[in-house]
Amino acid sequence: MTYSTEDMARRAAREIPEGSLVNLGIGLPTQVADYLPEGHAWLHSENGLLGMGPFPYEGDEDPNLINAGKQTVTVLPGGSTFDSASSFAMIRGGHVDLAILGAMQVSTGGDLANWAVPGGKVMGIGGAMDLASGCRRVIAMMQHVTKKGEHKLVAKCDYPLTAVRVVSLVITDLGVFEPTGHGFRVIELAPGITHEHAVRSTGAPLI
Amino acid sequence: MTGKHGNKVVASVAEALAPLRDGMTIMCGGFGLSGNPEALIRGVVERGVRDLTLVSNNAGNLGKGLATWLKAGIIRKVICSYIGANEDLHTRMASGEVQVEITPQGTLVERMRAAGAGIPAFYTPTGVGTVVEEGKDVREFDGRRYLLERALHGDIALVRAAKCDHFGNLRFWRTARNFNPVMASAAKLSIVECDELVRNGGIDPDDVHLPGIFIHKIIHVPEHENAFEYKTTRKR
Repeated sequence: MTYSTEDMARRAAREIPEGSLVNLGIGLPTQVADYLPEGHAWLHSENGLLGMGPFPYEGDEDPNLINAGKQTVTVLPGGSTFDSASSFAMIRGGHVDLAILGAMQVSTGGDLANWAVPGGKVMGIGGAMDLASGCRRVIAMMQHVTKKGEHKLVAKCDYPLTAVRVVSLVITDLGVFEPTGHGFRVIELAPGITHEHAVRSTGAPLI
Repeated sequence: MTGKHGNKVVASVAEALAPLRDGMTIMCGGFGLSGNPEALIRGVVERGVRDLTLVSNNAGNLGKGLATWLKAGIIRKVICSYIGANEDLHTRMASGEVQVEITPQGTLVERMRAAGAGIPAFYTPTGVGTVVEEGKDVREFDGRRYLLERALHGDIALVRAAKCDHFGNLRFWRTARNFNPVMASAAKLSIVECDELVRNGGIDPDDVHLPGIFIHKIIHVPEHENAFEYKTTRKR
């Protein structure tokens, strides 16, 4: 059985050290917050929010209190709001301990591609390049292969890059993998996933 | 008081936008629709200028906000970081009607911060080894590579604040602050649209988010739509 997106989010949450400062990317990584114990870590949102809380209760939504995915959120006691320049100074300046980001491709060297599909509609870069190159540690979360079955863990990315040599761990529906330069070290496989299945699904050597 | 920092409060959006001309570079605050100067955005369309260069993180969304400028055909170029679900921009970029320069968000805001702070260019690690590096000077400091990025200046900045006094000292609300203060510092003329206008002294000096030196005109607009983009909630 492959990991569900909930399993992946729960697994990613275990990578977050207590008392750390974390940015969760748009999409799947946003769900990681649901599996963090209360008061475990501080969440940063690059539109200018530190100490981000859960979605508001119905009726308490504020259109001017949002996360980077433009969803309504809350701010916890001890939280703060600030302008975009300060927010990216936190990121670029190495003050954010960990970014968990969605990915399209990750290479054995830790290169990340997550902002554009060749020939596809360009959605834009947003904060992805700043987060990937600025945060102290970067974890990528994604399905192990594309809907067409193409490899996403690869020897070399052929999608436009977001940042070079930044990813230290990849969490997929098949397991958890570490880019080592020449291949991907298997940290764990989802229950029932065979090594052969993972090898077949990966575009680089598994170690 | 008269003069440049004298009477800044104007009576109408049209009066605030009187200096607007064809071909200008306009910076407009907001992260998507949050923190948009809504009345000034409408006022620019009503004014009937054209060939504008727009600097904005998203250039509107869901047909609202700055998407109305795209629909009105008054934009020649957009400098932004993210297009996402902004179909008005996707179609005009595909047809070639609007030229789009996509910049990493942190680089976009830092280029404006540099402009406002009198810094012509700066080195940043963001974008090294990607398409963003193309055509830019690269230099190594302490074993790491950096790109040289240029300051980004505007002719007019349109910003939104929650509270403003008569000198133009501003306070913002929650994440509506985003690009607004930095844009105000990066343009030759900065116009603020405020929800609440108070007398000088109505904001404690220690509580000012952006000092009024960066603001040249003030328009008081008490009512705003404040549209939601994605209303997400949890059950009680």
